[in-house]
Amino acid sequence: MPSRDGRRAGRSPMAAPRSFLWTRRVVLTLLAGFVLLPVYVMISSSLKPLQDVSGKFRWIPRGLTVQPYVDIWDTVPLARYFVNSLIVAGAATVCSVVIAVFAAYAVSRYGFRGKRVFTVTVLSTQMFPGILFLLPLFLIFVNIGNSTGVALYGSRGGLILTYLTFSLPFSIWMLIGYFDSIPRDLDEAAMVDGCGPLRALFRVVVPAAVPGIVAVSVYAFMTAWGEVLFASVMTNDATRTLAVGLQGYATQNDVYWNQAMAASLVVSVPVVAGFLLLQRYLVAGLTAGAVK
Amino acid sequence: MTATVTTDPGTGKQARGTTRGSGGARRGIPRIPDRIRRGGLPYLLLLPAVLLELLIHLIPMVVGIVMSFRQLTQFFIGNWGAAPWTGLENYEIAVDFDAPIGEALLHSFFVTCVFTFFAVGLAWLFGVTAAIMLQESFRGRGFLRTLFLVPYALPVYAAVITWAFMFQRDNGLVNHVLHDQLGITDQPSFWLIGDNSIYALIVVSVWKGWPFAFLMLMAALQNIPRELYEAAAIDGAGVWQQIRRITMPSLRPVNQVLVLVLFLWTFNDFNTPYVLFGKAAPAGADLISIHIYQSSFVTWNFGTGSAMSVLLLLFLLVVTAVYLFLTSRGRKGSHA
Amino acid sequence: MRHLRAAAAITLAVSVVAGVTACGGGTSSDGGSNESPKTLTYWASNQGPSIEADKKILTPELKKFEKETGIKVKLEVVPWADLLNRILAATTSGQGPDVLNIGNTWSASLQSTGALLPWDDENFEAIGGRDRFIDSAVASAGKEGEPPAAVPLYSLSYALYYNKKMFADAGITAPPATWDQLVEDGRKLSKDGKWALGAEGSNLSNNIHQTFVLGQQHGADFFDEQGKADFTSDGAVAAVKQYVDFMAKDRIIAPGNAEYARNQSLTDFAKGRTAMVLWQAAATTFAAQGMEPEDWGVAPVPVPAGAPGAGKQTNSMVAGINMAVFRNTRNIDGAKKFVKFMTSDAEQKILCKTYGSIPPVKAAQSDPAFAAPELKVLRDTLATSAAPLPQVPNESQFETAVGTAVKELFADAAAGSPVTTESVKARLEKAQQTMQS
Repeated sequence: MPSRDGRRAGRSPMAAPRSFLWTRRVVLTLLAGFVLLPVYVMISSSLKPLQDVSGKFRWIPRGLTVQPYVDIWDTVPLARYFVNSLIVAGAATVCSVVIAVFAAYAVSRYGFRGKRVFTVTVLSTQMFPGILFLLPLFLIFVNIGNSTGVALYGSRGGLILTYLTFSLPFSIWMLIGYFDSIPRDLDEAAMVDGCGPLRALFRVVVPAAVPGIVAVSVYAFMTAWGEVLFASVMTNDATRTLAVGLQGYATQNDVYWNQAMAASLVVSVPVVAGFLLLQRYLVAGLTAGAVK
Repeated sequence: MTATVTTDPGTGKQARGTTRGSGGARRGIPRIPDRIRRGGLPYLLLLPAVLLELLIHLIPMVVGIVMSFRQLTQFFIGNWGAAPWTGLENYEIAVDFDAPIGEALLHSFFVTCVFTFFAVGLAWLFGVTAAIMLQESFRGRGFLRTLFLVPYALPVYAAVITWAFMFQRDNGLVNHVLHDQLGITDQPSFWLIGDNSIYALIVVSVWKGWPFAFLMLMAALQNIPRELYEAAAIDGAGVWQQIRRITMPSLRPVNQVLVLVLFLWTFNDFNTPYVLFGKAAPAGADLISIHIYQSSFVTWNFGTGSAMSVLLLLFLLVVTAVYLFLTSRGRKGSHA
Repeated sequence: MRHLRAAAAITLAVSVVAGVTACGGGTSSDGGSNESPKTLTYWASNQGPSIEADKKILTPELKKFEKETGIKVKLEVVPWADLLNRILAATTSGQGPDVLNIGNTWSASLQSTGALLPWDDENFEAIGGRDRFIDSAVASAGKEGEPPAAVPLYSLSYALYYNKKMFADAGITAPPATWDQLVEDGRKLSKDGKWALGAEGSNLSNNIHQTFVLGQQHGADFFDEQGKADFTSDGAVAAVKQYVDFMAKDRIIAPGNAEYARNQSLTDFAKGRTAMVLWQAAATTFAAQGMEPEDWGVAPVPVPAGAPGAGKQTNSMVAGINMAVFRNTRNIDGAKKFVKFMTSDAEQKILCKTYGSIPPVKAAQSDPAFAAPELKVLRDTLATSAAPLPQVPNESQFETAVGTAVKELFADAAAGSPVTTESVKARLEKAQQTMQS
């Protein structure tokens, strides 16, 4: 990894001038500040006793305690919600990305009747307010359950199905754009060498599109990870996901803000760690290797 | 639905065999058997996506459209079939701009347009700037790349609540800085009620939304061949010129999609205003999604809410069509 | 060809939709059955300090019930943020619990869906009779003149909480009993960055609770006999103006309260920044915020003059939780037995004590636990001077429309704009016009 980075940097055509370096420093510092400000408030709130949380803001908080980080596990079954979220988001991501890769490959590489109808219809689903999908979808799930015995309502399966579809439209569109920018000569050359179209997809196009696929996977994962409304209606106590479960820190009269913040930070750590691990795939496009 | 899709391979024979040859090399591949196989293949590849979209997105959407022609109040939600048909009545309520409901809808439509313009514009600007600035390797790049994705990783609910804390008039960070420390304002201002609320909403939306743009653009940058930069450098183009002449044009296909979906999502965003302001957003930040929520879930009248949603859908379809027409001009790709 | 296929696709889609909507609602079967007499599903609302705490509190009681009747109750504690949407989905699809808790202000709306079992005399007889419950609580369980859609389970009312030390420092010996006294005391208390009264200006429900009571005192009901919205009567305008004037004219509420919606007013009170709040059962919250029980006192909510009582001296809305049975339950007898169990004297004492609420069951109220100072005030208010919010199907619309009007008026007041009878009336006029009947 470092060697490749080094090589790329060495080849860098941007013999960056001073003006660029300074702009970069200033801009990145400002952006980092913007990103970090609420994170800082979250961290400091999560370390305060409840009665101090909504007190006057201070840059350097007083009377810190780690008690909220202890209490979060008892107030709501956080570990269970976390596992549920992991299962649901993980499964939805894998399915969604595979399906989107197939669909995007078809659209990007083939001409066929109904292509435009497909792409536009898929996009149009993003134009209808989400909340109005809720009751019809619920009805469909219940009716499927009643007629086939497949319990989609209240199960993780139903939620996985819902989320993987939610992330499909953008994933497909994004990957079409990405596949379009991969030279066709690549897969056509592979096909000349005797690969079938599917092998060409997996041997040539997918490796070349790794950064795009990783980006779309992150999107699909976060879509499922953060969704609240459908999860709140389609899950029960056993299958509830984190995004909904976190609201359990707010009861009618008592709102444990410090615990809500602490729990949010705790559950975000693995996600950020995941981002960190995926970095190399985002950074190192395999395009170059594939072309050569 | 399966039937419609799987009958296609037969007719697929007549489909234009190749668009792939656009500019690419045409080699002497034996065409005929290939074509037959390929005629069916794209449909097969699309099949799972089509089925899922139908089940989860399209049928509920059609149900929503049907709902908009019915009087689906609490008296009928237990048995939708019995809800009376009302023709266009729900639409008439929504577009009667002289009556308070229509007037408020129109107002919130304009507010939403302004909000979307700034929120999407800034989110995209931040994303593209950060992605380009982080394109070249330097110390701390990996750290910043991850740091910038943190707002994306944090649960929406907690993040927006944190912003609500920060925007509090008496105890919040924002007024602490602006009023107590910098002395810019004469007295602490309200950010969550009154006319300032739109600024608060835009800030939160940008904070939450830009990492996504950053992520997608970062991925897109990886696809630009090094050779282009090298050639430009040999021609004597500086960094800024390279960005303008190579980076930005290369990002176009991804930008086209990215800006469009950011626009659609921001226009329909419900979570941010709902968590930030609660059930009733201040007039200055009264987004259309909150309106639709109020006209459906709060009033238990899903007919009116659906009618408003259908109007929204039509508007966004038109905007999208115009956008795609304008941005696709001059692009060789013809997938849209 | 292309058109033909499109037409076929549309036809198919429409028929699928028709199927979906036609199947919608399993509520067609009227009356329920006894197909599965050994189990019940119960959606409890979140009453305790957390969902987990609720499970711990309720599980032993459900075990008792199982021992008594052999019926196993599957409990799910549903958070408030999700409860109404879950109920809506259950109503729409017919796929719901057998027994559930509902916020009592939803009663009339849910009643009109027809999804809940009506508690007519026969059903009431099965749980010991309507007379066991206090009238105001039963009145908050559905439209007047119709069998209630639910049975009262936990009740609450509003009281005036005051900071004893701040009162003593200002030389005030007794909590105010009338609004004039409250304003007078308030002026003494509001100084040096401290304020007399707290309000949740951006919390729509709270705005409604306060202005509804003031409306009652001004003889306004917000709805006429036919259930039509009547927000602009002189009484309603006066009530809303009186509430907002605490900030705009009397200046005893801090302007910052206009944006409060997350119980910040309770924090202010616990921190000694405000001297009074109007709230329901706030003891546990004060304790959580670090305020000692002996530092605060409790008194009935003030009235225009004299002492609280029914009619013009109403000084609280009836707050609380009702228990309902889904009409299409497959264990109707078991469900009624369960409601009977939960509203029995013994269970009422145990549960209401734990949750800090008042039992709506008269016999259970005699327990000495409910004679402690705070609960006694709440109990007496509930028994004599509390009125249910309008029991109309579009109650939540009323809360949103008028609650928003009050929120906007608070925002005006906080920004220093004048609040006049005309401006109040204009806002309420607008609110009324958005009400779809």
